[in-house]
Amino acid sequence: MRGSIKGMKRAGLLMAAVAMPLGAGALATDLEVTHWWTSGGEAAAVAEFAKAFDATGNKWVDGAIAGSGGTARPIMISRITGGDPMAATQFNHGRQAEELVEAGLMRDLTDVAEAGNWKDVVRPSSLLDSCTLDGRIYCVPVNIHSQQWLWLSNAAFEKAGVPVPSNWEEYAAAAPKLQEAGIIPLAMGQQPWQTTLAFQVLLVALAGPDAYTAVFGGKDAELAGGEELAKVFEAASAARDMAKDSNVQNWNDATSMVITGKAAGQIMGDWAQGEFQVAGQVAGEDYTCLPGLGVNEVIQTGGDAFYFPKVDDAEVTAAQAELASVMISPETQVAFNLKKGSLPVRGDVDLDAANDCMKKGLDILAKGNIIQAPDQLLSADDLTQVNDLFVEFFNDPSISAETAQSRFASIISNAS
Amino acid sequence: MDKVADLNNNSLSAQGDAGDRSVSEGPRGEKPKRVLTRRNIILYGTLIVVALYYLLPLYVMVVTSLKGMPEIRLGNIFSPPVEVTFAPWVKAWSEACTGLNCEGLSRGFWNSVRILVPSVVLSIAIASVNGYALANWRFKGAELFFTILIVGAFIPYQVMIYPIVIMLREIGLYGSLTGLVLVHTVFGMPILTLLFRNYFASVPEELFKAARVDGAGFWAIYFRIMLPMSLPIFVVAIILQVTGIWNDFLFGVIYTKPDLYPMTVQLNNIVNSTQGVKEYNVNMAATILTGLVPLCVYFVSGKLFVRGIAAGAVKG
Amino acid sequence: MAVAKRPFRWHRNLSAKVAAIPMIATAGIVFVGGTAWTVLYSFTSSKLLPKEKFVGLAQYERLWSSNKWLISIENLAIYGALSLVFAMVVGFLLAALLDRKIRFEDTFRTIFLYPFALSFIVTGLAWQWILNPDFGVQNVVRSMGFENFNFDPLYNPDIVIYGVLIAGLWHETGLIMCLMLAGLRGIDEDIWKASRVDGIPVWKTYVFIVIPMMRGIFITALVLIASGIIKVYDLIVAQTGGGPGIASEVPAKYVYDAMFLSQNLGQGFAASTMMLLSVVIVVVPWAYLEFGGKSRRG
Repeated sequence: MRGSIKGMKRAGLLMAAVAMPLGAGALATDLEVTHWWTSGGEAAAVAEFAKAFDATGNKWVDGAIAGSGGTARPIMISRITGGDPMAATQFNHGRQAEELVEAGLMRDLTDVAEAGNWKDVVRPSSLLDSCTLDGRIYCVPVNIHSQQWLWLSNAAFEKAGVPVPSNWEEYAAAAPKLQEAGIIPLAMGQQPWQTTLAFQVLLVALAGPDAYTAVFGGKDAELAGGEELAKVFEAASAARDMAKDSNVQNWNDATSMVITGKAAGQIMGDWAQGEFQVAGQVAGEDYTCLPGLGVNEVIQTGGDAFYFPKVDDAEVTAAQAELASVMISPETQVAFNLKKGSLPVRGDVDLDAANDCMKKGLDILAKGNIIQAPDQLLSADDLTQVNDLFVEFFNDPSISAETAQSRFASIISNAS
Repeated sequence: MDKVADLNNNSLSAQGDAGDRSVSEGPRGEKPKRVLTRRNIILYGTLIVVALYYLLPLYVMVVTSLKGMPEIRLGNIFSPPVEVTFAPWVKAWSEACTGLNCEGLSRGFWNSVRILVPSVVLSIAIASVNGYALANWRFKGAELFFTILIVGAFIPYQVMIYPIVIMLREIGLYGSLTGLVLVHTVFGMPILTLLFRNYFASVPEELFKAARVDGAGFWAIYFRIMLPMSLPIFVVAIILQVTGIWNDFLFGVIYTKPDLYPMTVQLNNIVNSTQGVKEYNVNMAATILTGLVPLCVYFVSGKLFVRGIAAGAVKG
Repeated sequence: MAVAKRPFRWHRNLSAKVAAIPMIATAGIVFVGGTAWTVLYSFTSSKLLPKEKFVGLAQYERLWSSNKWLISIENLAIYGALSLVFAMVVGFLLAALLDRKIRFEDTFRTIFLYPFALSFIVTGLAWQWILNPDFGVQNVVRSMGFENFNFDPLYNPDIVIYGVLIAGLWHETGLIMCLMLAGLRGIDEDIWKASRVDGIPVWKTYVFIVIPMMRGIFITALVLIASGIIKVYDLIVAQTGGGPGIASEVPAKYVYDAMFLSQNLGQGFAASTMMLLSVVIVVVPWAYLEFGGKSRRG
């Protein structure tokens, strides 16, 4: 079936079937869907899913809980183990839900995936790999959020009298001038995940995607402690100096510093773009985005996926299948991702309405320059340890690059 | 010596003036000779300074909630709004979207009330009777369970999430309002029981004995003597429970379903989103709005902070 | 025990026992049961879901070799000691001031108490702003001409825990004040009259007569504050997220992060078991002294 025309046809048929109520068996079924998309833009994006699903004659019952990890997760797990699961629930792509699948609490979606020919339409295919356990598919990837971005304030560089850099080297070299002009070179929110994000983005840019995959994916402790990464840690140490006057916690407060020109740049995921947009800034004119820090133009394929807990009710099971195929259908993918500001998981859809930065991302995606996100590669436990290390490193100048590197290598060598 | 006399004088005069609400703030009263004493300056001065410390964050929150986002981005948190807007308040109450529901905080309001009332009543009723039994009708073994209860007060709630999920599942109350009310009652019990036990223990013994001589039993003494004498401590218990339960997010969301979600779920959804654009003005307005119910309870119940009921009861 | 002094009639005690059934059930089933469950699973390698894969003391070894846990304990000790002392003292002083028959008592009481009503998620943000060196108090004082004024408690790892304390006290002292006020209101007016007649200074009346009479209230306040301190989590998350670096981590946050962020239940349970153990070590001797054989009524 792989890649065959027959497969495409079947997918088309399924889409058609999905677009209308499925005859006798499909009475309107209420499906409770848990997710953590609650900000204005996110809610609008979710509304697209709900609209598409309601159009099948079923009803989307919204169970939004903001705050991904710490807040939503215990709720999801309690509900699933309490024997009263929601019908569908969001997780990040990757290893977070692995155990729930292993425990047999999640529904096998392989039949839906085959009917929808996901293997061919999902791009990059690694997204589907993250949903797969022992050859069976357990989740629907719905979007791609990439973290590899450097956001720069054009006004800040103008004020400092240096051209807007086109890569990390130039940017780091401009730091003294920026400081002289009273501008904080690098804005950085001091939450653990943000510091790890900055580090791994530096790692991909400076040591290359292969080194990144070998360290995070292959758990290559030797490489992690070696020469090649030493220079990444040096760069991280330089970034620490550049960010030493940045006194904010939240990522969007840091973004706000870039928007107002108080800071020259920020390393942050593509969701930062929403803040620029809301502030009325235009990509290319007011701010510049550099994917992969302008060095290695790759993007990570992290993002969100939906899982469907196992339920006894046949009606619910049928509706779950419908929801899964609605979420990945081309129309929904376009509508959802435009609102969400993320990239679609299908290669066969058009995103004309996308803005400059998003188009850059799509371009890189089309070229296949992709790597997996840390939470696709590391277990939550290991990732938290990495987060703890980097938040400590970026806040405590007394920790040398060498010390940090050896601690990092030891976490990697113990990683499961 | 003369300090006491001075104090005596003043407290009497303050009492005399209590009805006169037209007098403006503190020491600047109509009768400066009597009011502007050193004692009053220190007293009111301290109170006002402390009050400022308490009000500072509220000021920041209110001011922020009345600004538009562009103004907030400029980053002067203390400056009053250049252009006052109530849009964030409207949005927080009735427009903010979470998922499909664009009804803001108003959506969960009645659910919160439905959770609050039975939980507060049940937890206080049970704990006050517990405390009364422990203080006045001790029986063997009571201390053991009470000690366990006190240790229980120190357990972080999060640790108990999964065991309680299992317990509720086993008794078939998982996901129901009753289950949630039980959970609130259980977690309110340690502190409340302690509160009542220690308060009842300080009630004059003569009262209790007199009632016993009159032939009153367990419940009669509780309702006719203990309850009316303990209004201030009931107020404290109400303050504790109303605040705790109204602001509870974790239990409300873990032990119920979306149609029963309390208002704090919407609050969390408004203020706690991780990746989208953050609207600080709406966040602040939503927080103040959510806090209004406990605040009203504080203000109204404050009238029950009355002195001298115990003394009156002894004499009457 | 104490009842033995009175004419013992079993059916009266029976109604007390019946009334105490909810307490016994809660203590026995929920707290003992839940705790035993937790302790049991702290010896397993449970990750996202509780599983009976026993690994001995491995979780405890990892716990005590974790820098984050050690810092958490240290922070809790500093924060706990200061918070306890300040909350008690300030709470009592405010209550005593309000009890001096002042005007606008309602207003002042509500002002001191209102922080308790507001959830920490956002008030933490307000404090974060106020204490932020770039747009908070430091900035304001500097712009008044004191260029060298430094006040950045949340951004300096050495003093961050004191910065957190500022907001912590702001939040909880109002409640302690109310509790103390309720206690003061329970003191018989005649005692004040008597002490005035005897010419005893006010402060002496408080220290030597009123406070000893409020022993029960003080113990309640102590447990209330102490249990709050052990469980302190929201405050830290809202204000510093444990930062800068890991300088303001606390044990409850360690537990929570281990359970839900790291998806390492065993580790979280091990940490909570250690917390509970230390509570038991403190509370049980106290309970023994409090109840141990003494026949004290009131």
